[in-house]
Amino acid sequence: MSTTSERVIIIGSGPAGLTAAIYTARASLSPLVIEGEPSSTSDQPGGQLMLTTEVENFPGFPTGIMGPELMMNFRSQAERFGARFITEKVTSIDFSSRPFRVSVRDTEYLADAVIVSTGARSLMLGLEAEERLIGHGLSTCATCDGFFFRGHEIAVVGGGDSAIEEATFLTKFAEKVTIIHRRDEFRASKIMQERAFANPKIEILWNHTVTDIHGDATLTGIEVTNTVDGSVSTLPVTGLFIAIGHRPNTDLFAGVLDMDETGYLVTEPGSTRTNIEGVFACGDVQDHTYRQAITAAGSGCMAAIDAERWLEAQHD
Amino acid sequence: MASINLTTSTFDETVGASSVPVVVDFWAEWCGPCKMVAPILDEIATEHAGNLTVAKLNVDENPDIAMRYQVMSIPTMIVFSGGEAVRRIVGAKSKSALLGEFSEFLGNSH
Repeated sequence: MSTTSERVIIIGSGPAGLTAAIYTARASLSPLVIEGEPSSTSDQPGGQLMLTTEVENFPGFPTGIMGPELMMNFRSQAERFGARFITEKVTSIDFSSRPFRVSVRDTEYLADAVIVSTGARSLMLGLEAEERLIGHGLSTCATCDGFFFRGHEIAVVGGGDSAIEEATFLTKFAEKVTIIHRRDEFRASKIMQERAFANPKIEILWNHTVTDIHGDATLTGIEVTNTVDGSVSTLPVTGLFIAIGHRPNTDLFAGVLDMDETGYLVTEPGSTRTNIEGVFACGDVQDHTYRQAITAAGSGCMAAIDAERWLEAQHD
Repeated sequence: MASINLTTSTFDETVGASSVPVVVDFWAEWCGPCKMVAPILDEIATEHAGNLTVAKLNVDENPDIAMRYQVMSIPTMIVFSGGEAVRRIVGAKSKSALLGEFSEFLGNSH
């Protein structure tokens, strides 16, 4: 086991973590960002925006910017001021004494302060065929895989902004996109909904859930169940895109950092302080209300300033 | 040796004639996870030069090769040995996970 010592470690690298990295780097704290591991889910370096296309609501980009490009820009901005990156996942933490201990397999990092910005990951359906058919018609990344469904009939399951965004994006390729949603109205923002309703290629199947996926080598159809009368039917689609919501990535901190009943970290109102002095939390991991790139970035800035002030106070 | 770029016209010859296994990375410009996995594959290409070749195939520009191998998700990495597809990895993964997938093709160097 090797050990290195740091002023600030930032766990996670979405808009919150990278904004915290920019600010702590500019404060000469030379942050170490443990950015996560590549994956084709939203649990990856750069976070959820790595799976989106055009980001139209991030201030400063009047004509929009691609999600992955925006995140690459965040990252190089942090790097420019001296942030360092490890492209791995934290495997365990020990916040019981200071300096705090953050481990990546057999390497242990010590830190005077820790900023937690591990974000949230997409939920899966939990069906048995899911693992077998992922990449073979079942997808968690519309921007990656939409291209392969040119002229096909496909479905998106979910009712939030990401589901509607994906469905709208997928109409560029697919002949028809059915949105399957378990309720009779969407959670998505009004502008996104209006776009979907106006799109002739989008059909909406209200009050249904996906209860099975068919196909041996590739996906050939899905079974949907009506949540009102329980009736079951089959939708003959070749692609299914999953966008049914998120769960905070807080397993690492179970029993250590205070969480609410849904697993989100609890911070002191008006700050990013957690129940452990010197550990700060920002971004979607502690926010189930706003969950926007800009709010995550804003709270990342707060965490950096909170951490910097707290570190300074330790030497007074 | 760094990664090489394949096209429809060079694919069969390059993959078929290679004396070592070839990992073909099916990718595209618009795919975020592809961008994260690309530098890792470049590192693997350099570290295991002589035992393994890493080649990239842009699915946007070469859709017929992607279709031939039924690629429906990117990144997909297919390992070819003697011109035959022998291993398929779907989705971006960490370096250690990828090295695990490739271990049997890395010869005796590790």
